Amino acid sequence: MIGLERRASLPLGRRIGILSVAVVAGVLTSGLLIWLSGYDPVKAYREIVQGSFGGGYALSQMVAASIPLAIIALGTAVAFRVQLWNIGGEGQLYMGAFAATGVELVGGPGGWPALVLIPAMMVAGFVGGALWAAIPGWLRAYFGVNEIITTLMLNYVAILWVNYLVYGPWKDPEGHNFPFSRRFPPAATFARLGEGQLHHGVWVPLIAAGVLLVVMQRTQWGYELRVMGENPQAARYAGINLRRNILLAMMVSGGMAGIAGMVQVSGVVQVLSGQISNNYGYTAIIVAWLGQLHPIAILVVSCLFGTLVNGGFAVSQVGIPQALGFLLQGVLLFSVLGIGDFFSRYRIVVRRESRVVSPPVPVLRTDEP
Amino acid sequence: MTWSLFVAICVAAIASGTSIAFPALGEILAERSGVLNLGVEGMMLMGALAGYIVVVDTANLWLAFVAAILAAMALALIHAFLTVTLRANQIVSGLAATLFGTGLTSFIGKPFVGVTAPAVLETLPVPLLSDIPFLGDVLFNQDPVVYVSYVLAPAVWYFIYRTRPGLNLRAIGESPATADAMGVGVNSRRYLYILLGGAMAGVGGAYLSLAYSRTWIDGLTAGRGWIAVGLVVFGMWDPLRALGGAYLFGFVDGFQLRAQALGSTIPAFFLNMLPYLFTVLVVAISSGEKLRRKLGVPTALGLPYWREERT
Repeated sequence: MIGLERRASLPLGRRIGILSVAVVAGVLTSGLLIWLSGYDPVKAYREIVQGSFGGGYALSQMVAASIPLAIIALGTAVAFRVQLWNIGGEGQLYMGAFAATGVELVGGPGGWPALVLIPAMMVAGFVGGALWAAIPGWLRAYFGVNEIITTLMLNYVAILWVNYLVYGPWKDPEGHNFPFSRRFPPAATFARLGEGQLHHGVWVPLIAAGVLLVVMQRTQWGYELRVMGENPQAARYAGINLRRNILLAMMVSGGMAGIAGMVQVSGVVQVLSGQISNNYGYTAIIVAWLGQLHPIAILVVSCLFGTLVNGGFAVSQVGIPQALGFLLQGVLLFSVLGIGDFFSRYRIVVRRESRVVSPPVPVLRTDEP
Repeated sequence: MTWSLFVAICVAAIASGTSIAFPALGEILAERSGVLNLGVEGMMLMGALAGYIVVVDTANLWLAFVAAILAAMALALIHAFLTVTLRANQIVSGLAATLFGTGLTSFIGKPFVGVTAPAVLETLPVPLLSDIPFLGDVLFNQDPVVYVSYVLAPAVWYFIYRTRPGLNLRAIGESPATADAMGVGVNSRRYLYILLGGAMAGVGGAYLSLAYSRTWIDGLTAGRGWIAVGLVVFGMWDPLRALGGAYLFGFVDGFQLRAQALGSTIPAFFLNMLPYLFTVLVVAISSGEKLRRKLGVPTALGLPYWREERT
């Protein structure tokens, strides 16, 4: 008889092995879908690899696409840690970009030096994203309102708000009627590194990952969040202020997405528009989850997904729809969920029918949220 | 606001609400069985595109709705397999379904953007009833799919509250272990209701592409799948309340469209925000924690069931 048994623990090597199998299965399945849609999968994959690893320019584009993913995912991981499903990264990114642009509109013409303007914009980006996330955070913490729906609905509102600004009051008067804000002056932009879109904002996710590691592992607040995530009941009895921490975790999460918005307008787009994000807020959710909420793993996974986002651009150059990038993301998430996650938690065992069935031994459930 | 404008908004409210009502009814079935399906948005998109492609190729609306149902159910089947058989996290699996549906439809649908459908769902006035002043115009001068929704919502209500399988459905959502002990197959029923929910999401999607918007664009649903999930909370898992919520949403949606057409001085961007803000508002007012305990959110919602681990 074939049955399933819950694994007590799993060595890291085995875990990575299972994940690799899942990724390969996802790539093969997607290849089949691409082929069924009438495109050449080999050509598509070649373009994706070439577009992200074929030389200095390609690498630069790939890392540039990974930057916002990593920053948002690092924040999302904080919310996920306490079982808060913040799906609003996209909207929080836009509100961060909006707030940062607001500061630029004051400081840019005011002739602020870059050393003042860039940090001011970054703080504004954090505040913009954090306040936007505070709405669903507050509703969830104090009224028990499901944050999945509210964060998601506010994405649409945020993008409409930014569109209103760039089609209306903030439109560049000399911009030939394009829906963009005025181009940022050099003092408000991150300098480019090399020939592609890679810019000095690349340090932001690296620093943020370090800060988050310290906060989560070495501070009391990080400890409280970990306790809340593992066992909300225990956290309540220990006197941890659940409501305040839910609101704060949500705001940190939104604030990080806001910083990503600032980094995106300041480093890559250099104007505010309704198209500053390539669904980064949604992709980052997968990145955070696949990175198992661990900052270092998130940095690695964000490069993988940066490759996919960037691969979308690459294949669109040879007549394959750009949406391929998102299709691949969905399939990979499915296969990691189906293969990777399942076999990390359970193993298949073959039992002999004739043996006396021993009473079930309680297994310490360390791997369940 | 003139009377004729009010009537026009009400007519639009029913049509717009219908596109949400089907997925919301389907989501109620899935959630009542204990499985959260956040893939509704993706399943609606699958249905919308599959229906549109079939109409463009065959001009047959019947085939189009069948295709829409099958396409959405295919995605629902993946969600069911992952969450019921493999006991994956329902939230992550639902998100994956939405991402996959969005990506796949955008990928396959590219050649169909801007293509005109040779057949769309036309209105079919109900004889006699459509002559009633106001109500006739609003309720009985619609297309056949709207009439189906009038029957479907009470039917789902009756099924859930007044039939034996409906009782079992509520049981597996409240206490799967108890239902299992009574001999009610938990997993097979969860599969069934997730698939039914997917089918209804497919109808809602096809209704958008073939009757309401009558076109295919990337991300045609624009969050309607998520709004349907929100309306289930608002409707307190009750099909009739959810239908009412869908029409309320439709009214807000119809209002913002009409206001734009009339050249209101409020920028269109703000009017466009209304349906989303409305959803945040109704979800917020209907889900206070104390309230929820009273209202029948299925107790086992979101929890996988494994016989060998029941407690």
